[in-house]
Amino acid sequence: MIRLIGILAGLFFSVALLWSLGNGVVAVAQQGYLKEATAESEFHLHPRELDLQSNGPFGTWDLAQLQRGFQVYKEVCAACHSLKYVAFRDLKALGYSDAEVKAIAAGFQVPGIDANTGEANLRPGLPTDYFPSPYPNATAARAANNNAVPPDLSLMTKARHDGSAYVHSLLTGYRDLNTFSVGGKHVKDEFPDFSTPEGGHFNPYFANLNIAMPPPLTTEGQVTYAPGQPKATVDQMSTDVAAFLTWTAEPKKVKRTQVGWPVLGFLLFATILAWMAKNQVWAAIKPKKPRAA
Amino acid sequence: MSFPWAKHYEPVNPLMRYLDEKLPLPRLVYNAIGGGYPVPRNLNYMWNFGVLAGFCLVLQIVTGVVLAMHYAANAGVAFSSVEHIMRDVNWGWALRYAHANGASAFFAVIYLHIFRGFFYSSYKAPREMVWLIGVVIFLLMMATGFMGYVLPWGQMSFWGAKVITGLFGAIPVIGEPIQIWLLGGYAPDNAALNRFFSLHFLLPFVIAGAVILHIWALHIPGSSNPTGVEVKKESDTIPFHPYYTAKDGFGLGVFLILYCALLFLFPNYLGHPDNYIEANPLSTPAHIVPEWYFWPFYAILRAFTSDFFFIPAKLMGVLAMFSAILVWFFLPWLDKGPVRSGHYRPLFRKFFWFGLIPAMAVLFYCGGAPAEEPYVMLSQIAATYYFLHFLVILPIVSMIERPEPLPYSITEAVLGEDKAAVLGENATPGV
Amino acid sequence: MADTTGDAIPGTVTVSDSHDGDGVRRRDFINIAAVGAAGVGGVAVLLPLISQMAPSADVLAESSTEIDVSSVQPGMAIKAIFRKQPLFVRRLTPAEIKAANEVDVSSLRDPQTLAERTKEGHEDMLITMGVCTHLGCVPLGAGEGENKGPFGGYFCPCHGSAYDTAARIRKGPAPKNLEVPEYEFTSDTVVKVG
Repeated sequence: MIRLIGILAGLFFSVALLWSLGNGVVAVAQQGYLKEATAESEFHLHPRELDLQSNGPFGTWDLAQLQRGFQVYKEVCAACHSLKYVAFRDLKALGYSDAEVKAIAAGFQVPGIDANTGEANLRPGLPTDYFPSPYPNATAARAANNNAVPPDLSLMTKARHDGSAYVHSLLTGYRDLNTFSVGGKHVKDEFPDFSTPEGGHFNPYFANLNIAMPPPLTTEGQVTYAPGQPKATVDQMSTDVAAFLTWTAEPKKVKRTQVGWPVLGFLLFATILAWMAKNQVWAAIKPKKPRAA
Repeated sequence: MSFPWAKHYEPVNPLMRYLDEKLPLPRLVYNAIGGGYPVPRNLNYMWNFGVLAGFCLVLQIVTGVVLAMHYAANAGVAFSSVEHIMRDVNWGWALRYAHANGASAFFAVIYLHIFRGFFYSSYKAPREMVWLIGVVIFLLMMATGFMGYVLPWGQMSFWGAKVITGLFGAIPVIGEPIQIWLLGGYAPDNAALNRFFSLHFLLPFVIAGAVILHIWALHIPGSSNPTGVEVKKESDTIPFHPYYTAKDGFGLGVFLILYCALLFLFPNYLGHPDNYIEANPLSTPAHIVPEWYFWPFYAILRAFTSDFFFIPAKLMGVLAMFSAILVWFFLPWLDKGPVRSGHYRPLFRKFFWFGLIPAMAVLFYCGGAPAEEPYVMLSQIAATYYFLHFLVILPIVSMIERPEPLPYSITEAVLGEDKAAVLGENATPGV
Repeated sequence: MADTTGDAIPGTVTVSDSHDGDGVRRRDFINIAAVGAAGVGGVAVLLPLISQMAPSADVLAESSTEIDVSSVQPGMAIKAIFRKQPLFVRRLTPAEIKAANEVDVSSLRDPQTLAERTKEGHEDMLITMGVCTHLGCVPLGAGEGENKGPFGGYFCPCHGSAYDTAARIRKGPAPKNLEVPEYEFTSDTVVKVG
């Protein structure tokens, strides 16, 4: 009885599925196969590979680079983007001293309360404060940026596929829509209707090719690096800030792998011991091979 | 239960003797997973996953209880409390990654455990109850896993919660009130997050209770084995300890190496980047995907694209998704052949390896892919096979199949021959 | 044929059967080592489980506080927060200093001079925790108009402990003077506590 009901139920679901499948096949037959090609589907580029010292399971932080990246963030990105999960005290991990961290914190104005009047005001930051948002709230951010809220950057490199490479590619990826081509094909020839809306900027590394953010890093030497550091080319600054944002997204990344390898080594050792112990225990009842007659 | 030759617990000193009189816990453990539990001597490594699943449950409860000491179940701060754990709590990053990847490890182990059950027909009498409780555990795990994924309150958390509770909206008439009741609002917010946290904390202990019933029910008939031939005599079995404790110890080591490699080297590999963006009710991710362990069922849900007579496609999908697991409850009665092990079932074996496994693989793949062609068509074909396999093919195969000859006993399967079989005593193979 | 045919129960060997000759040592050694490794691993796992309950990095970062004391006039006190607990910062009047110094130190329950409880050059700045040493209530006396108790310092309303102008315990159940935390003057007007 159960089997009979089961067979009927099975046929019910199967027929319903095949009905869906049939309709799908008919639709494809009538309307042609698959999705329509769009400028996004044809010209969106995957991030170019970015070689950072922190990459991979053996990566380590390049502190000088992280400091340069922080400088780029502070002098360029911080004008619009918050970094709300990072506290000034965290910067000690980049090699800054207590006094330097204090000075950096004091250079930022954070929301406070006037001790006498109780009114909201701004005060210099303390090491325990978190990086402040440049806007009092999302609405203000939206209003100031052509209706697009600049996202918080703390977790940016974890919140995108290939995050570190994505940040670098995006920052160096602004192109002229009129001349941009991939494999000899021009956007303008393939999709004449495609255009960048007012206030938008063409960037093939951005999901819909039009990013609201104007090119933030445009000229060599836009940020003045300390003597002895590499030349502040646009590519170098982009790489450095990508490295910095890799750190902000996961400050414990290097510690994680540095703990991980000894743990794995120990486990390998213990597992080999367990394997030997298991063989020892089982040796007692291992079937003896029948001797050839 | 147990076989007449099972060894008996002997307290070794006065303290243990006292304890044995007042609270025979050591005796219980001895009979459950110690020397007092005779187990077929021919279990292969597929039989390791039960113990590993138990280990995963403990791992998740321990790391989960610890994370709950730092997590704040409030829509305003949930996301930043997770970042607080990742950045500021001592070893917080390790604990959180251990818990998140622990869920994946748990499901991976459970899927292998279930597939062991499928191939060796572990669900057949006399172990139906073991199987039924096992399916209940799996359903509880899915509920727990789903609610746990909502807690970080990232984009995928939020939209996953919205989509899955939205499934209830497919039920005619009462669907929408049920959805609003489940969420305590019109969309996921504080009320939903808090109840999900509460239940996410509670359910693992319910699972632990169900696991005890699962093991209890297992100990009535004793463990099955790769031949599917029931234990006949003492030489068919060995005590669980030290033989299987040693084997499980080795299995645990291999498991931990894989798990820790994931945890320490690639902790975000199985996650989705969008869940590192705080939940935003005003913006939907480009495509919403659940965690990988839900993909086959998500693929079945999405496979229904056309209304079927008067049943809307959405309702069909919901019905099918739940039915896909519910059919497992009926397996012991759908597949009634006398032979258990797939090793001796030539027809069943073909359908298993060339039907069910590829269909599951396709469903896994398509569930994680965007809802577009060719993935939709592929999952429609695979889902069709899935239902046919359990509901049509298995009942028919079990009626018409001619099994291959079984070994006389487990002893014979292991040693190549069994003296008793030569002498012809109790020659009733298979049962 | 196979040589197992002679066994009564083929292949079933009890554990003790293999305890013979050199095999014993090797076997025991490996098993003990394996169980030992599992034990070491188990103990190592306890480390994160225990230390996660210790103060997190953000809490530790707030374990020192800077306070501007320039606005505190003689006879006034302010309540600051130090490690999530009240901190009393009081500038003593000459009369209060005199009263504190006139007390016979040896007669006190917790003998300390005012000089021992302040910093050199800043004897008028009395900085103490606002936590009664009896059971942790916040004593009165720092706020304007609050009951300063019979000795003119602080008075704990919970069980009536009374502190003098140097915040020393004089009467009531509290066993110790109000605690003076570690602090230093980073400038004439700024105190770094902790």
